[in-house]
Amino acid sequence: MIDVLAPGPYATVQDLGRPGYAHLGVPRSGAADAAGLRLANRLVGNPEGHAGLELTFGMARFGFRSGAWLAAAGAPCPMEIWNERGVMSSAQGMGAPFWIAPGHELRIGSPERGLRTYLAVRGGIDVEPVLGSRSTDSLSGLGPAPLRAGTRLPVGEVRSLASISVDLAPPAAPPPPVLRVLAGPRDDWFSPDALAELCARPYEVSQDSNRVGVRLRGPALRRVREGELPSEGMVTGAVQVPPSGQPIVFLTDHPPTGGYPVIGVVLAADLAVAAQARPGDRIRFRVAGR
Amino acid sequence: MSVIRRAGEHGLLVETGSLAASHRLDALLRASRPEGVVEIVPGPETVLVVAPGADLPRLRSGLAGLRDLALSSSGAASLSEEVVTVPVVYDGEDLASVAEETGMPVEEVIGRHTGRELVAGWLGFAPGFAYLTGLDPALRVPRLATPRTSVPAGSVAIAGPYAAIYPTASPGGWRLLGRTSLRVWDVHAQPPSLLPPGTRVRFEAA
Repeated sequence: MIDVLAPGPYATVQDLGRPGYAHLGVPRSGAADAAGLRLANRLVGNPEGHAGLELTFGMARFGFRSGAWLAAAGAPCPMEIWNERGVMSSAQGMGAPFWIAPGHELRIGSPERGLRTYLAVRGGIDVEPVLGSRSTDSLSGLGPAPLRAGTRLPVGEVRSLASISVDLAPPAAPPPPVLRVLAGPRDDWFSPDALAELCARPYEVSQDSNRVGVRLRGPALRRVREGELPSEGMVTGAVQVPPSGQPIVFLTDHPPTGGYPVIGVVLAADLAVAAQARPGDRIRFRVAGR
Repeated sequence: MSVIRRAGEHGLLVETGSLAASHRLDALLRASRPEGVVEIVPGPETVLVVAPGADLPRLRSGLAGLRDLALSSSGAASLSEEVVTVPVVYDGEDLASVAEETGMPVEEVIGRHTGRELVAGWLGFAPGFAYLTGLDPALRVPRLATPRTSVPAGSVAIAGPYAAIYPTASPGGWRLLGRTSLRVWDVHAQPPSLLPPGTRVRFEAA
């Protein structure tokens, strides 16, 4: 059992989401930076789709009643283990499994870069699944509530898991703040130079970004077609353009259908870049070479 | 522009031009389940198909064939055989204002709301929220200028050309005609929605 002592600004349980229900109005949800969750899970010997914790801007504290193997990935944060006498016993690094003894506390600081940190525990977070997933869907409210001080999180079975076989995942250089996009499906709703316009100058990540989407501020994209687009299915990574002309990049809690035209879709490999962009960061788009 | 549009690395958006064709293509896809397809999302004039890891050119040619079939067949095979009957207590907060705006007595509003069979077009806004199409045009009213902060689950509502049943409590701007005890959304049921796209629906005064 894990006791949430402080969740930080916003923290949720996330796995790889609930695919297959978009036609019933259910967002996919799941870790916004899925690669981060997958890595953290692998490091503790979990299947990649086990539920872990997604911290936003770090700054969380967790108490462990039983000992557990942990690993963190995604936005790099300082981490310390404190014992029950209130003395720091060790510092821990990202991308490496570590043991926390019963009664000890994990303190996570704020990330030096990036936005979302993934904490995996060997056995996974074992809250009740909803429609096959333990993810908190911030748009629809499906799944467990966001973490609060006092939330108790059960940990799953570890006996059947593979042994921990990796000491360290070497840290990768931070990726450039570039989102590669494939044009369409509705690029013909915009002026012919709109894609070039999208890529010409950086956009600033707005304060009101969340798990639904990264809202951007920058050059407005001009439509050539008036009127309303009939509601249509939306994919994660879609660059949706509302009437303001300011694009929104959809993350995993995006609505499954929408009525604003999508000028392009971010490559899956670059979704982590979008998910890790902080308010105030500047990101660029580039047309993908396919 | 092609009738099958690219929606990212793993998605294809098929233009159908009509809701009926979307439902036929949806039914054909669910029956054949091409390899790798994870999501099939019908809309009023499109069907989105998401298939991570699938051979997209091959999927595209398969979809082109199914699209031709969906556009050519004129039968109603896309719709559910069963009609979901929704018992309604007509005591909604907006019943009187809808009657006033449409210039008909409350009894006629109820009569027109129960008088036609509707079809679940597509879902969105919230899990289990079906846009029910085929509403009597005389009942077209705009949504509220200021949405309510909370509408109870089971509220029966209309807005523009659509009717709906709120699957869960949520904010909402649709005009409330009444309420039903029928549960249209249950995460423990399989499927969780009573009203997937293509379901025939009839309202009935309880």
